[in-house]
Amino acid sequence: MSFEHFLFYFFAFIAVAAALMVVTRRNPVHSALFLVVVFFNVAGLWMLAEAEFLAIALVLVYVGAVMVLFLFVIMMLDVDLAALRAGFMKHLPVGILVAALMLVEMVVVLGPRHFGLQKYMAPDHAPAEYNNTAALGLSLFTEHLYALEIAAVILLVAMVAAMVLTLRKRADTKRQVVSQQHQVKKRDRLRIVKMAAEEK
Amino acid sequence: MISLSEYLVVGALLFVISVAGVFINRKNLLILLMCIELMLLAVNINFVAFSHFLGDVTGQVFVFFVLTVAAAEAAIGLAILIVLFRSRRSIDVDELNSLKG
Repeated sequence: MSFEHFLFYFFAFIAVAAALMVVTRRNPVHSALFLVVVFFNVAGLWMLAEAEFLAIALVLVYVGAVMVLFLFVIMMLDVDLAALRAGFMKHLPVGILVAALMLVEMVVVLGPRHFGLQKYMAPDHAPAEYNNTAALGLSLFTEHLYALEIAAVILLVAMVAAMVLTLRKRADTKRQVVSQQHQVKKRDRLRIVKMAAEEK
Repeated sequence: MISLSEYLVVGALLFVISVAGVFINRKNLLILLMCIELMLLAVNINFVAFSHFLGDVTGQVFVFFVLTVAAAEAAIGLAILIVLFRSRRSIDVDELNSLKG
C-alpha cells in the first residue's frame, strides 16, 4: 500500500466515522463539530484528487462560514433536547434498513467491477507548473460565465432573504419619524395665553 | 494507486449515512439541515473524483456552483429556522402542522 493510498483510507475512515457521529449525537453542538471534522477530512480527500482550490474553498467556506453560522444558531436557540430525541429509537431500524439497502445497491454499481483501475486508469500526476486555481478560473470565467453570474445573484438573493426573514419590528419600541418632526409648525407646540398682570 | 471506485464508495457511504440521519433525527430540524449539507458534500466527492479521473475541470466548476447553492440554502434554512423558533418556541418538525387540512 503506497503512502497516498494510506492517506486516502485515513481521511476516508475519519470522515465516515465522524459522519456517523453527526447523525447519532444527542447534542446538536457536538453534531456540528463532528460535521466540521467531516469537512476537513473530505478536503483532504479532494487534495488527493488534485482539486486543491476546492479543498481550500471547502475549509474556508464551510468550516469558516457555514458551520460557524450553524453553531451560532444552535447556541442562540434555547432548544429542549430531550423532546427532540423522542423518536430516535423508533425510527432507527427503518433508517438503518433504508441506508443498508441504498449502500448495497450503490456498491454493486460503483464497485471495482465497473469503476476499478482496469476501467478507469489512474491519471498521471499533474506537472509541477500546473495551476489548479488558474485552470478552474479559466473555465469559470470563459465557458461558465453566465452560470457564475447566476450564482452571484443567488448569493445576493440569499443574503437579502436571510436578513428580511429574521428582521423583526417590535411593537413596544419608540422611534422617531423625521418627516413628521420637520412638518411641525409653531402653533402645534406653542400656546400663547393672554392674562392680566398679577398684583404683588 | 487510488481507484475511482474507492472515491465513489466513500461518497456513497457518506450519502447513506446522511439519509439514515434524516430518518432517525426526524424531529430535530437543525440536524436535518446538517444532513442535507452532508448529502451535498457526498455528491461533490463524486464530481471531484470524476473530474480527476476524466481529466476534465468542468466537474470542479460544478462543485463550485453546488457549494454556492448549498451555502445559500444553509443561510435561508437557518433564517427560516429562527423565524420558526420565534413563533413556536420549538424546532420540532412534528409541530409544523398548521397547513394540514
